Amino acid sequence: MSVLQAVNPQGPLGLPDADHPHHALWLLLENVCDPEIPVVSLREMGVLRDIREGPDGLHVIITPTYSGCPAMTQMHDDVQAALAAAGVQAQVLTQLAPAWSTDWLTDEAREKLRRYGIAPPNGSASQTAEGSAMAGVASNVVHFNRSTSRKDDVACPQCHSSNTTEVSRFGSTACKAMYRCLDCMEPFDYFKPY
Amino acid sequence: MSAVVSTDAAALALHLADNALILGQRNAEWCGHGPILEEDLALANNALDLIGQARLLYQHVAALRQDGSDEDRLAYFRDAHEFKNHTLLELPHSTALAPTASGDRDYAVTIVRNFLYSSFMVLVWDALQQANDPQLAAIASKSRKEALYHVQHAQDWLIRFGDGTAESHQKAQAALNHLMPYTQSFWLLGEAEAAALQALGVAHFSSLQKAWQTQVARVLAEATLTMPADGGHVPQGHVGVHSEHLGFVLAEMQSLARAHPSGVW
Repeated sequence: MSVLQAVNPQGPLGLPDADHPHHALWLLLENVCDPEIPVVSLREMGVLRDIREGPDGLHVIITPTYSGCPAMTQMHDDVQAALAAAGVQAQVLTQLAPAWSTDWLTDEAREKLRRYGIAPPNGSASQTAEGSAMAGVASNVVHFNRSTSRKDDVACPQCHSSNTTEVSRFGSTACKAMYRCLDCMEPFDYFKPY
Repeated sequence: MSAVVSTDAAALALHLADNALILGQRNAEWCGHGPILEEDLALANNALDLIGQARLLYQHVAALRQDGSDEDRLAYFRDAHEFKNHTLLELPHSTALAPTASGDRDYAVTIVRNFLYSSFMVLVWDALQQANDPQLAAIASKSRKEALYHVQHAQDWLIRFGDGTAESHQKAQAALNHLMPYTQSFWLLGEAEAAALQALGVAHFSSLQKAWQTQVARVLAEATLTMPADGGHVPQGHVGVHSEHLGFVLAEMQSLARAHPSGVW
């Protein structure tokens, strides 16, 4: 198990220090971006989770965002291609647990999303996603609460106004909702808390 | 895991996978035909989540069985009696029809079904997160997040329909009256599936009924809809005895893969 995983199994991952055994590989894979959001790297997205020695060689660990995200195969292939192009022998493995969360987006990723025109997810995923549907708290006790007056404080990535409204909870990709700014009137994508 | 236990675990995962795939296929029928663009996207996204969950579960079934099967073989090369999905999920998007009739799609049926099923699945995934099978627990905690979004979407529309115009109210109530009896099988499991839950340290799904009824009753009250009495015929899709509709769903879903059995694209 690498230092990174031990330190931060469930959260945003920073780039490892220069003395980290796989530092060069982490740097190499910084160039692999989410194919649907080509401004954030897979590490910044929280998709690239670990690089470690396995019993049969080097393992690069990625985790899917949504179960049905069609970009996952592309991400897998892109990582494999980047490794092959650099002449690195490694297996790319998909790991489901712990489940990916938008809480794993790094601060840099959030800023890059905003500049790209996508409002980054608000607050903690575990609170936000449930707050507006069936606020589940402890596992095995699910409280169903629907707040009709839900007001997500999503700031417009163009003019930064919080006077925005949800157009559709489902948007151009599984991970995004469609919003509209009521001040500058621009439509925009909102990266949903997951 | 002993051989018997892993056969049971595979049966449970197969049941969950079939549920996700068949409803995913049904919801995908709206792709390009949604009543408005936003709903077209919503249903496509919902179907994508369900089919993604089905893929993860079928891969898990194949890993448990160790018999060389894979997700494509399980999805495309089994016949209706081998599918263990709830009958509710294979029904067309219309209220009761004669077996060979085809009616217009009714969005109220789609929404009511998604509401009844996703409310159930949040509870199921929540319970399965505690399963002592790390892979199933991992699939459950991903799927639970997705099911929560499905509930939000379906219940928002259900409330809008019920508390909307006289026509939307009537259609929502008719859909509810039609579909509610099919939910009776939510609380039933095949023998192997029940044994698997026990081995996984998870309570039988019948223990979720009260929480589900509370959620459904609360939303129906807000939607000014009446909870229909259940009772009557108890569907048996979960043990492989299906309605006449599943064969048509499979025919459309499987024909391409069966015409080109080793095709890659």
